[in-house]
Amino acid sequence: MSTALKLENLSKTFEVGKRMFRPPKAMVHAVRPITLEVEKGETLGIVGESGCGKSTLARMLVGLLDPTEGVIEIDGAALDNADPSEFGKKIQYVFQDPISSLNPRKSIKQVMEAPLKHLHGMDKVTRDARIREIFASVNLREEFLERYPHEFSGGQAQRIGIARALAADASTLILDEPVSALDVSVQAQVLNLLEKLKSDLGLTYLFISHDLAVVEAISTRVAVLYFGTLVELAQAEDIFRAPKHPYTKLLASSAPVVGRPLTNPEGKATDLPDPLNPPKGCAFAARCPKATDICRQSPPPLAVPTGEAGAHQVACYHPLEEGEQIFG
Amino acid sequence: MTFLKLLIRNRLAAAGAVVMALVLLLALITPILPLPDPDVTNTSNRFVKPFSEGHLLGTDHLGRDLLARLMYGTRLSLAVGIAAAIFAAIFGAAIGIIAGYFGGKTDNIIMRGVDMLMAFPYILLALAIVAALGPGLTNALIAVAAVNIPFFARNIRGVTVGIAHKEFVDAAKLAGEGHLRIILTEILPNVIPVIVIAMSTTIGWMILETAGLSFLGLGSQPPQADLGSMLGEARSALITNPHTSIVPGVMILIIVMAINLLGDGVRDALDPRLRSGALTRPRPSTAVARTSEIPKPRETGTMVLTDLETQFHVGQRVYKAVSKVSLHVEPGECLGVIGESGSGKSVTALSIMGLVASPPGVITGGSARYDETELIGAPYEKLRRYRGDKVAYIFQDPLATLHPLYTVGDQLCEAIRVHHKVSKKEAWQRAVALLKQVRIPNAEGRAKVYPHEMSGGMRQRVGIAMALANDPDVIIADEPTTALDVTVQAQILALLNDLRKERGLSIIFITHDFGVVAQLCDRVAVMYAGRIVETGPTQAVLDDAAHPYTRRLIACVPELGEGRRELHAIPGLPPAVDKLPAGCAFAPRCDKADALCQVGTIELEGNGTRAVRCIFPETKLSEDVA
Amino acid sequence: MGGYILKRLVSAIPVLFGITVIVFLIMAMIPGDPALAILGSYATPENVEKLNRDLGLDQPLVARYFIWLGNMLTGDFGRSFSLNRPVIDEVLDRFSATLILAGTSFVLCAIFGIAAGVVSAARQYGFADKAITFAVLLGISIPSFFLGMMMILLFAVRWKMLPVSGMYAIYGGGDLPDLLNHLIMPAIALAVVATGVVARLSRSAMLEVLRQDFVRTARAKGVREGRVIWGHALRAAMVSIIPVLGVQAGFVLSGAVYIEMVFQWPGVGRMLVDAILKRDILLVQGGVVFVAACYVMFNIAVDVAQSLLDPRIKT
Repeated sequence: MSTALKLENLSKTFEVGKRMFRPPKAMVHAVRPITLEVEKGETLGIVGESGCGKSTLARMLVGLLDPTEGVIEIDGAALDNADPSEFGKKIQYVFQDPISSLNPRKSIKQVMEAPLKHLHGMDKVTRDARIREIFASVNLREEFLERYPHEFSGGQAQRIGIARALAADASTLILDEPVSALDVSVQAQVLNLLEKLKSDLGLTYLFISHDLAVVEAISTRVAVLYFGTLVELAQAEDIFRAPKHPYTKLLASSAPVVGRPLTNPEGKATDLPDPLNPPKGCAFAARCPKATDICRQSPPPLAVPTGEAGAHQVACYHPLEEGEQIFG
Repeated sequence: MTFLKLLIRNRLAAAGAVVMALVLLLALITPILPLPDPDVTNTSNRFVKPFSEGHLLGTDHLGRDLLARLMYGTRLSLAVGIAAAIFAAIFGAAIGIIAGYFGGKTDNIIMRGVDMLMAFPYILLALAIVAALGPGLTNALIAVAAVNIPFFARNIRGVTVGIAHKEFVDAAKLAGEGHLRIILTEILPNVIPVIVIAMSTTIGWMILETAGLSFLGLGSQPPQADLGSMLGEARSALITNPHTSIVPGVMILIIVMAINLLGDGVRDALDPRLRSGALTRPRPSTAVARTSEIPKPRETGTMVLTDLETQFHVGQRVYKAVSKVSLHVEPGECLGVIGESGSGKSVTALSIMGLVASPPGVITGGSARYDETELIGAPYEKLRRYRGDKVAYIFQDPLATLHPLYTVGDQLCEAIRVHHKVSKKEAWQRAVALLKQVRIPNAEGRAKVYPHEMSGGMRQRVGIAMALANDPDVIIADEPTTALDVTVQAQILALLNDLRKERGLSIIFITHDFGVVAQLCDRVAVMYAGRIVETGPTQAVLDDAAHPYTRRLIACVPELGEGRRELHAIPGLPPAVDKLPAGCAFAPRCDKADALCQVGTIELEGNGTRAVRCIFPETKLSEDVA
Repeated sequence: MGGYILKRLVSAIPVLFGITVIVFLIMAMIPGDPALAILGSYATPENVEKLNRDLGLDQPLVARYFIWLGNMLTGDFGRSFSLNRPVIDEVLDRFSATLILAGTSFVLCAIFGIAAGVVSAARQYGFADKAITFAVLLGISIPSFFLGMMMILLFAVRWKMLPVSGMYAIYGGGDLPDLLNHLIMPAIALAVVATGVVARLSRSAMLEVLRQDFVRTARAKGVREGRVIWGHALRAAMVSIIPVLGVQAGFVLSGAVYIEMVFQWPGVGRMLVDAILKRDILLVQGGVVFVAACYVMFNIAVDVAQSLLDPRIKT
């Protein structure tokens, strides 16, 4: 297996309160240095709650945002600071809000033609043939091509968004909450379509979502983000069944599940740390029942816990044992 | 096409258009009309009154024919006003689009300059420009156009910034489009309506402004006259011969009024918010227009809905958002209402206390009884007294539902003092106590804080505290945790559950999440296309759903802990509620459906505890009454 | 709060600086020799050269600008040749008259405009809304100078209720009732357009706010409709109305120029028009810079009012 996407120490810092002649008032580390590899043909799920930096990460990967530091490699070639049209052929993006990702004043045909024309320079005949091919693969009727975005439901619009990403002929797709605006019955349609496209076309996915069950269902491996930091990375079937990071454990036990009684794992009201005044050590320490002094001193590195085999990585000084209960 | 239709349907705008067309036509053909030369003086014939032989509108102080001067003046004023508007719109829009699209430093520098120009009361700038260039009509035109450029630039920039941050612009970048192409094909088509609106609403203003400069003697120079300078020259004879002033003045009024009417029509026809009715004021309570008798309640409980019907009337279309919904909730019970978007679950909840926005919402039938009192169609004052006191709401997005400019404590105090005569101080103490009850740390301090200074979870706690303020009997919670993260959702759900047990509250809980229903609700009602398709005790429905929709919807929900797998999907889409099919609304998506399912009305039938609206239920409901 | 005001004042410095640059540059564009205009028939070559030296006009542009700016900072706006009087004295006299007129009109337009807008929105499509909408349309379509002339014809000439023009009666008078008597017509004529604009924007701001979720929350709490409209909704709508008031102040100040002409009001607008026609450059320059500076200060006050109303603006 070869590597489709490789991030090395990728980070993004935003300046808050810019001033004319003095340095900005504060720096917000939206994404702290992340090192990650995605294998060809794999689906890497990224989960996290609002404000964890997952969308910032996604926008950096497709070149819509310049990273503050670090390198992005696609298919072995470094690609930072290139112009988006170069990115476009290798990596594409599927947006969260399917309707607002389509220009209300362009017909679907015009939307579909843009990547074919500007990225691949195809002539009209080739373009028409390619659009027909793509539309067939995402189960969209060709009569839709003459219509405008407001005529579509969320599920249909999201298929069009996927079709547009496929038109660029990129082998890696970043899916940023692609189903969170959709109803469950439609959500399943889109997820199954994505799965089928991946095996048919040999695509690689980076699937970002806040919904643990969806991520688990579609991913090969899952990465958990908290406060801009990668806290845990493991196989999808292991990570929520046997989490090693207390935060992953909290997420897994907070999700409402049919057949499990109502619990409030933390038992009290808690908030995220203040981004303008981040904690020195592990960002989760203030909420963590296992936190000790070292947790508050310096952030733990992401690694396989000592004495364990396998690839289950966690950024914690006190990783959980399987079955260990710390909440509730 | 729709634009023209909308414009013509607006009678005032059409009237403006007709007047404007007439004036424009007259202005165009003025040179070929049999009019005397407007500049030929005849001092022996000064101040002839209107309707005199040979001078329909009389003559001015130099004996010139007023009608001829009026026609030529109108021509000039229109030409100058329109030219100034076009000039200002093009330059202003170009500046605004560039600043808004590129943002950052470009934006900063351009907008600093624009702000600088806007720091002048505009006429000072116009006067300074005329002072520098010298009086004259062309210079007045330049001055009026120049002072209006900043207004256009700022307006268009604001709109462009909004569009430039839309996802479709990002998508265009990823599709390999360059900046120029994005501006021309993605941004401009979306900005043009705004430019047209801005132009149509400022053209009248520009005509007034150029007339004003001419009135001051800084615009058109004698003997040539536009409407403004005619008025200016007539001013000295105002008292002795008012008709020389009235004639040009009324003409300006007619032109500007026609343009403004037309401009408003253009704005109304182009503004998507107006088209969708988003700018109509919702009435204090939902309109009620019964088409049938008030039905007798068939159940008992603190809140009993019987055959409730709510519709949205938009133009000729009727959206049946809620069709014959019956629900009831007992003291201390939590009833879940579950459905996908557009199923009518929220409209049902809002209908109870008349909070559906109206227009376009209309309650067309049914009954909602709280404690033997009929709420549907109750007088506003009676409804208002119950709102928040007996029946309270918790809404979805706590940032939008709390008032941004009042402190949290003030908003709680208000909720208390609307229904109870207590002093401000006492209300404040109760507000703080409420914040403590919803487990907000440092309640005294947090009461003085504004909603935007809190996190989403804290805000929703405030929303719950507000609902609890008057110790209501029923709480209607409309997706209260949908906007929250899972860890926060768990906290909020646990809190609601504790409160319900402590106080014996009845809760109607609207959600789309089966996990939440399973954990919190005693009974559940499943809605599809405005109807309840299944109802029963939560556990029984989840374990053995009777309606094919319920069963398949449950199967769609991925559950945590099952690893990677294919998901069950329901093909097709829910029907639009303005075109509901006969029979079962789910039939087109259902693999058990046959011809019988698509005719007549299928009733909700059951055994007392459970009920299902299906001819071929997945499971047979037992006959015995629990 | 004090810190915020200070910050806004500091940020006004570059704006004021920019204003002087713009005015100076526009005035420097004037073709021909100002000395010729000043000296008129006394323009012998020697006199022109001497005057140019006295005025500093033989210096390069940048140097002239800084001399002018430096003088202004010490309160020396130069001397008006047409009035033979220091510019600053004339501007101050005239500006106080304008301030009385424009200030009154501004207060009128704010009060009546907002009230009309709120009533119109609260009774959308009702009789009051239609009547107000029509009145507003008329108000924004009529040229203020024409309205002023018609008012003179009716109220002063025909019905003799109010004085025709001026600020004080020529014989006797000079007291406050006399001033008010003279003020009524021009203040109303000037306020009409601005009232219309404020009413329109208040109406649409209110309609926008009335659709928002927090209004539904207020209703769900059982708050009385009057308080929902005049408390919750208007307060939120004020966030978008206040900046409009700031812009309208500029429009009122601008419209004052016409009204001062019509009613012979001895304000700064009439002074400027006269000065332009007489090519009295220093008077135009000084007057424009002074009024613009006052307007900048007024807008700072508007920003401060906005920050008092809206806690989301960081102070």
